Amino acid sequence: MEELMEILTGIRPDVDFENCTTLIDDKILDSFDIISIITELNSEMDVTVPADQIIPENFNSAKALWAMVEKLQDE
Amino acid sequence: MSFVSLGFLLFLLILFVLYYALPRRFQWVLLLAGSLVFYAFASPKYLIYIAVTALSTWFAGKLIHDAYAARDAYIKDTPDITKEDKKACKEQAKKKGRRILVCCLILNLGILAVCKYTDFAIGTINSLFGTDIAFLRFALPMGISFYTFQSMGYIIDVSRGKYQAELNPAKFALFVTFFPQLVQGPISRFDQLSQTLYSEHEFEAQKITQGAWRAMWGFFKKMVVADRLVPVVTGIACNPDKYAGGYVLALVFFYTIQLYADFTGGIDITIGVAKMFGVDLAENFDRPFFSKNITEFWRRWHITMGTWFKDYIFYPVSVSKWMLKVSKWSRAKLGPQLGKRVPVYLSTILVWLATGIWHGASWNFVVWGLLNCLVIIISQELEPLYAKFHEKCAFSNTKGWDVFQMFRTFWLMAFLRVLDVYRNVPLTFRMVPTIFSSKGWSEMFSGGMLKFGLEERDYIIVAVAIVIFLIVGILQGKKPVAEQLAEKPLVPRYLIVWVLIIVILVFGAYGIGFDATQFIYNQF
Repeated sequence: MEELMEILTGIRPDVDFENCTTLIDDKILDSFDIISIITELNSEMDVTVPADQIIPENFNSAKALWAMVEKLQDE
Repeated sequence: MSFVSLGFLLFLLILFVLYYALPRRFQWVLLLAGSLVFYAFASPKYLIYIAVTALSTWFAGKLIHDAYAARDAYIKDTPDITKEDKKACKEQAKKKGRRILVCCLILNLGILAVCKYTDFAIGTINSLFGTDIAFLRFALPMGISFYTFQSMGYIIDVSRGKYQAELNPAKFALFVTFFPQLVQGPISRFDQLSQTLYSEHEFEAQKITQGAWRAMWGFFKKMVVADRLVPVVTGIACNPDKYAGGYVLALVFFYTIQLYADFTGGIDITIGVAKMFGVDLAENFDRPFFSKNITEFWRRWHITMGTWFKDYIFYPVSVSKWMLKVSKWSRAKLGPQLGKRVPVYLSTILVWLATGIWHGASWNFVVWGLLNCLVIIISQELEPLYAKFHEKCAFSNTKGWDVFQMFRTFWLMAFLRVLDVYRNVPLTFRMVPTIFSSKGWSEMFSGGMLKFGLEERDYIIVAVAIVIFLIVGILQGKKPVAEQLAEKPLVPRYLIVWVLIIVILVFGAYGIGFDATQFIYNQF
């Protein structure tokens, strides 16, 4: 989770990833950020996020993102 | 069979009576039979195209289902399976699924490409190399872009494991051929449409009545407004030497109104008719001309096509291995702020190129798509400036400013769309600037606009209809108008409905000698 938080704050230092649970719903993250997060996940954590996983439920909070990463690592 | 014909109304009446008279378990079978009859009326030779798409996609879905079922059974029946074996088994099934998917995509997108784009390719080669290759003039089956995209969305979702494949070929054929959506969409998703398409439906008077109202509203838009404007739009567009200047501005305006009334009207008929059979189709519009910018407009216009491109082109391309490499490279070379834009803008350009080509096999659509893309990218880049402007200028947060933004979006979209009507890129770019010349303006206002077969009363009808569109649009902001109408007391409710029927009958553009025009999006 720490590694993920580093990636997220590296991309958007202005966002409170610890507490925010509406990153997509409140349009805090845009498509640039989403693609950047996916790129970083791939290069830093060796996680490939398939297109069908790009849904608001997976990107609304750092916690949801971490759950998706764990699931993808498990597969 | 056109929606705007007595034949269609008769077909609908027979199907409707049988649908609720037959035992409920046969309802979906009747819908399939009705859909095939409807399609056969367009031309029996087209049936083979849609049959190939339906059967090949069903078969591909079944093969993927079998591969995934074998994977699940192997994992389940091997209690001491290691994590690595499990992963390898899943990977093998995934690869098999992908191979089947690719074959299905090549076959069906190939049919679409051959039917729709062969002559475009030949024409381009001829003009580039001065050759004289004869056009092949393949038949363009009705709704091919719509049913192909719908079927391809299904097979991609099945291969992704989003939902189970439909194993009954007849049921799947109904998903592909369901008649109300064959003319011009919407592009439905299997998991949403199948929920009501195969269910047994009781005779629900309220739902059926609301469906009929919605369809009537669509007929009003199509027959009273869209078809009324055909002579003036074609009259100006087909005679560019004669009609320039002010006439071009009139063309820009009237074509936008015609397109709006035609496409949203057609979708109203589609959704209304489907509702009469208990089937819920996805909404394709959300009051698009209330949008304050072009990005918002495209979220609210032809929604099912936009989400299709987003889900099946934009995101898969953005996160493809190749694009991830580009993204990493651009962020390293150009810095995080500029670098992160590269993959998103590359995918956006690809999506708009595809959107343009999807609309038609000619350069005007390609240019139209790319111009939309350019405006979206410029708007995106100007976003920080807008934010500063909103901070500093208090009036930018008023209703008046909102209305100005809607007005601006309307005209921006209208000017981009004029490429549709001239169907010739150099001609369009030559004609639009003439608006700023003195050409045609005085002639226009001294009877020039009455040369196209439209009388003053026709323009008054269109003006009144535009006001009605605006009022209905504002009302729709609260909840669907049909629901609001259903809540009204009996007398005003039916007064409104009867006025609508009378208006369609009295002011509708139809009758002896009048040829009901095809829906504009039907040709896409």
